[in-house]
Amino acid sequence: MEILLALMTGVLYAAGIYMILRRSLVKLILGLILLGNGVNLLIFLLGGITKGKPPVIPDGPAVLGEVFAAPLPQALILTAIVISFGLQSFAIVLIKRAYKVVKTDDLDEMNTTDENA
Amino acid sequence: MKTLILRTASNYLLPLLLLFSVFILLRGHYLPGGGFIGGLIASIAFVLHAFANGLENTKSLLSTHPGFLMPVGLTLAVISGLAPGIFGLPFMTGLWYDEAIPVIGMIGSALFFDIGVYLVVIGVTLTIIFTISESA
Amino acid sequence: MFLWKKVMAQRILSIIGSSIALIFSIVLFSQVWQNGTMVIQAGNWEAPYGITLVSDTLSATLVLLTGILGLAISVFAAGSIVNARARFGFFPILHFLFMGLCGSFLAGDIFNLYVWFEIIIISSFVLLTIGGEKAQIEGAVKYFTLNILASVIFLTAIAVLYGITGTLNMADLSLKIAAIEDKTLVNICAMIFFVGFGIKSAVFPLYFWLPASYHTPPHAVAAIFGGLLTKVGVYAMIRVFTLIFTLDPFLENVLMGVAMLTLFSGAVGALVQRNLQKIFSYLIICHIGFMVAGLGMGSTLALTGAIFYMIHDIVVKANLFMVGGLLYRINGTSNIKRMGEMYARYPLLSLLMAVPLFSLVGIPPLSGFWPKLSLILGGLETGNYVLIGFILFGSFMTLFIIAKVWAEVFWKKKEVTNPPANFRFFEAHTQREKILILIPIIFLSILSLGIGFGAGPIQALSERISGELSDVSTYITIVLGEKSN
Repeated sequence: MEILLALMTGVLYAAGIYMILRRSLVKLILGLILLGNGVNLLIFLLGGITKGKPPVIPDGPAVLGEVFAAPLPQALILTAIVISFGLQSFAIVLIKRAYKVVKTDDLDEMNTTDENA
Repeated sequence: MKTLILRTASNYLLPLLLLFSVFILLRGHYLPGGGFIGGLIASIAFVLHAFANGLENTKSLLSTHPGFLMPVGLTLAVISGLAPGIFGLPFMTGLWYDEAIPVIGMIGSALFFDIGVYLVVIGVTLTIIFTISESA
Repeated sequence: MFLWKKVMAQRILSIIGSSIALIFSIVLFSQVWQNGTMVIQAGNWEAPYGITLVSDTLSATLVLLTGILGLAISVFAAGSIVNARARFGFFPILHFLFMGLCGSFLAGDIFNLYVWFEIIIISSFVLLTIGGEKAQIEGAVKYFTLNILASVIFLTAIAVLYGITGTLNMADLSLKIAAIEDKTLVNICAMIFFVGFGIKSAVFPLYFWLPASYHTPPHAVAAIFGGLLTKVGVYAMIRVFTLIFTLDPFLENVLMGVAMLTLFSGAVGALVQRNLQKIFSYLIICHIGFMVAGLGMGSTLALTGAIFYMIHDIVVKANLFMVGGLLYRINGTSNIKRMGEMYARYPLLSLLMAVPLFSLVGIPPLSGFWPKLSLILGGLETGNYVLIGFILFGSFMTLFIIAKVWAEVFWKKKEVTNPPANFRFFEAHTQREKILILIPIIFLSILSLGIGFGAGPIQALSERISGELSDVSTYITIVLGEKSN
């Protein structure tokens, strides 16, 4: 399981960076999303994996059992997901605006800000 | 997407999903669930309704602009966070009413915080989705 | 926020809100000054498990500066932001940004810092894109991409750090990192942090997004971006590299090398630009170099210089962008080749504008001089003569650039400009708007004069901060409570 997750993280990072290096705006955003998911998996992986022991207190005892999954990485990932949800929805609106205003999807053509005027 | 099946189904699904979202919201403190997930489910209910019946109908169903829910929810969450300050406890300490109330369960400041989150999530999600689909 | 559409009410509320925030920050600052570091454990969960808000002298100072700038910029924005923008929620989002800034200065654990960073980014995106002109959108795309990338890198670093130590509280991290024998992974992690913060604070190879985006938004927004946003990156760098990671020779060399190249490229970049806002953008990059240099030298004296520089730079840079906005309003262009005759037409205003311009250079009685003195003394102390050379080079280049701006804008004959349609010149503004635009500039100018002439207290403050930063044991004890000893 760890090896699979490690491989997945690597694949997501590689794919994300590859996508960012393309010239298209849409691929840029997709790349950022993939990278974000890669990071989330990385947190999950490095937090240590415990199978089938959720950190939820059952009805009877007042404290958790001996072995339980660390709740912190899950909280971190949830926060990261929420944040990236907000950012990505903003990004999508932004690239749509950019496409309408600049009338191109090609990042190489977006250089009016660098003109010396 | 004007299919008859979806339109009929969404009319029944909307109240069901809303009820389910409130259920998820209320069980959130000790069990999986909570304001964020509940809010997402509720907004999915409205989005499904918008898919089936068109955006205008969903908007008239809501009657207020969803953006209005954001400040309301934020205020609620902030107040419930600040409330322990009155009793000299640090920010966001959980306050609990001692006796359990039937159906809802234990009442505490955490519940109000969750309701605040619930409202903010609905507001934000619907605003985003409505904006995107309007400008399409 | 309830008054989404009522623009006038928003303006007044915005000013009132920032005044209250300023009062609170003054209270916080004086408390910290008298009683030392303060801690709040949110939700009454003890550190290192809960969320901790810590305010030591550095945090309190920066929060105070945020409060001051917040008020100044709210007033300036009330005078200069057009109604069309305000209707999109300019003012609520501006305050959201201030909240994010204060939060990130006070955050006591590293993930919390990340969350505040994201709040800052989201609100700054919105501020950057409100209005939706072509240049703005293009600038926003660049700003957006690089900043999300920086957050991803930052989060990766957090993940690795959590994997190594199993904690996220900064004080706890400091103890645990110190206890680790094998530093390889720790150093790698430190480098990932450096890249993440480096993008945010625009140091040498990672700065390209800044001049591409900072000149596009309204001037009130540019002022807060230029004054505070890059400084958050520097703050995070200072915090992480003094508290969590100890600087070893390799890291110091990296920091100093980056600082030199940042100074050089920022200065040279500013030299070739003709757009006033772009010149200021490159000067931001150049002066970030000073702060990184101070951090990199690793001596307390140099750190004092870096912190003093940060205090001075926040005030002056924000003021510069506001002055730039005023010049744009008066002349109808941001191109310095087309401006002119300012001194003949507005002698008093010109004197006012001279204050931030020449404070930036650091002509002796003004505020830029003292921190540079500390930096150079720090360099002499640690024997980094090459770095001193670059610092001097950066200062002289700044002097040259400012002199050029002064000659072009204030003395030269004015050329005919053709401003965009529906452009309102400064003369066309109402009396109230003029006053609202001028007050913050006057206020910040007096403040920077005050920093220059009354450098003693600020120097003492910076010394105290760098003392606290060099000896982190008090910080750790206060955050974790007595049991950690």
